[in-house]
Amino acid sequence: MSSGTAVRPADKQHEARPAAAPRPCRLLAAAGLAGVLLTAALTVATGAGAHGALVGTPWGGGTTWALTAAATAGVLVLLWPALGAWRAAAASAGAWSAGRAADARREAAKSRESAWTSLGWCLAAGTVLGLVWFLLANDRAVQRTFLDGHVMSLSFADITNALGTNLFIAVVAQVLVMVWGLALALARLAPGRAGRPLRLLAVAYIDLFRAVPAIIIIYLVGFGLPLAEVPVLSDLSPTWFAIIALTLTYGAYVAEVYRAGIDGVHAGQTAAARSLGLSHGATLRYVVVPQAGRRVVPPLLNDFISLQKDTALVNVIGTIDAFNQSKIFAANHFNLSSVTVVAVLFIVMTIPQARLVDHLVARDARARAKGA
Amino acid sequence: MPFLEIDAVRKNYGPHEVLKGIDLSVERHQVVTLIGASGSGKSTLLRCVNALEDIDGGEIRLDGDPVSGPGTDVNRLRRDVGMVFQSFNLFPHMSVLKNVCLAPVKIGGVPKAAAEEKAMALLSRVGLADKAGAHPDRLSGGQQQRVAIVRALAMEPQALLLDEITSALDPELVAEVLNIVRELADDGMTMLLATHEMGFAREVSSKVCFLHQGVLLEEGPPEQIFGDPKEERTRAFLRRIIEAGRL
Repeated sequence: MSSGTAVRPADKQHEARPAAAPRPCRLLAAAGLAGVLLTAALTVATGAGAHGALVGTPWGGGTTWALTAAATAGVLVLLWPALGAWRAAAASAGAWSAGRAADARREAAKSRESAWTSLGWCLAAGTVLGLVWFLLANDRAVQRTFLDGHVMSLSFADITNALGTNLFIAVVAQVLVMVWGLALALARLAPGRAGRPLRLLAVAYIDLFRAVPAIIIIYLVGFGLPLAEVPVLSDLSPTWFAIIALTLTYGAYVAEVYRAGIDGVHAGQTAAARSLGLSHGATLRYVVVPQAGRRVVPPLLNDFISLQKDTALVNVIGTIDAFNQSKIFAANHFNLSSVTVVAVLFIVMTIPQARLVDHLVARDARARAKGA
Repeated sequence: MPFLEIDAVRKNYGPHEVLKGIDLSVERHQVVTLIGASGSGKSTLLRCVNALEDIDGGEIRLDGDPVSGPGTDVNRLRRDVGMVFQSFNLFPHMSVLKNVCLAPVKIGGVPKAAAEEKAMALLSRVGLADKAGAHPDRLSGGQQQRVAIVRALAMEPQALLLDEITSALDPELVAEVLNIVRELADDGMTMLLATHEMGFAREVSSKVCFLHQGVLLEEGPPEQIFGDPKEERTRAFLRRIIEAGRL
């Protein structure tokens, strides 16, 4: 390209330029300090409000004040970065007027970082305070409706038992979905002219079942099959109707997950396998699907998490799952706290799996970065 | 009769004509080398011979039997003709030994023990017996490509197609792969290869073919193609190679 002897033109870029000024930081540092003090004041005010609302309950009196004091102390810890920001801003100004531009920029950056740190935590604390106010509003009506300790402890055992139904539906459906989804994906990838009818069928199925909401499929299967009096099928329990319906719906999603995984295997792998004389089927079985399998685990688990949550939809056909059980309690006690129990149980079930997926995705990304 | 006959083969990708009627024959025990710029159609031609690409005209015959067009048992063809790729394409989820044994065991009907014994013999021949249990990602590029050659040889093909098998290698690893190809040539393996290694092509080839924009412009013995090319475009191509210090 360019030869070594070319003379570089002396353009402006290579001339010395005046030192760059630090980014402004004093105002931000002041805002950080003000934010911390304001949040502390709000914490005290919230504590006072809570004290008023909780008088006469086991939570009232000393407990409220102790919690308020602890929360306020926690907020005041944010003074540390806020004051740090203020000091750094001052140091920056000092360095700039002394002509030490690099020091000035460094102190300014430090100041901004600290100020944003304290402001960010103030925002988080403010959100929590807002939530507390919401629960206390209208003489604790919100808290009583959703978080009534009595109703929660009363319903907990029955709801946990009923959750067994959700788990049974989820586990059986997951196994069936894995098989059914793979079958659909392979049908969609059927090769050549002979495979065309199979491909069309698979595409039609996948489009159809992804388009119809799961709750409608559950409703149709759960009420329709018994009405239709199909031999064997109509005699199944609602739990099995739910399993069939969820398998039908999620099979379509999982088929696409598999297909993406199979498409993601490098074309060279197929070429190498075919060049060795392996047939389309043998290539899929020994080379492509095993490699796709590893990739599809995270998205597959994601779909399974949705499936587990969608087991709550079976309440439309009268299966006594955790949600339906909680609705019975809710109706008897005219209070939604039992439904909160279900929500909490689903959270407890789902979050570890979600973290596992994150972990697997991160591991995959690392492996791919290393392999590439 | 030539072992492999390529007869007026055409190939299009949409409106783009990649092969514009290629005629070429490979005798048994010959090493025929395809040279030419990237995009001249070398790789496509090799992929067509192995039926990895359908051809849009002409015919390919192996031992006199047509192996192109509808109704061809491509799997049968591919057992007789092995292929090695630029990017190795080893199966990453299998050990080296499994890579080599997969085809003989699953479709060749060779018992597992016999296949493994043969695989080990081939691996020792290329100096990789100690890597039999390793997965491909533990191997250098040169080692991977040697395994890929062994994998193709394990099916006991009558001919090998080598598609720029050293192009993805670090320069210091090229020789270990070329040495194996040289040995195969000495043993009389029929080979059709595409390469940018002109020195190697000159040394090992029975015949060199220059492809230019999907046309086989010139073919002949290596001394003639490299020493006294007749076509102006062959001369221009070789001049650029020499300028780049690659010949």
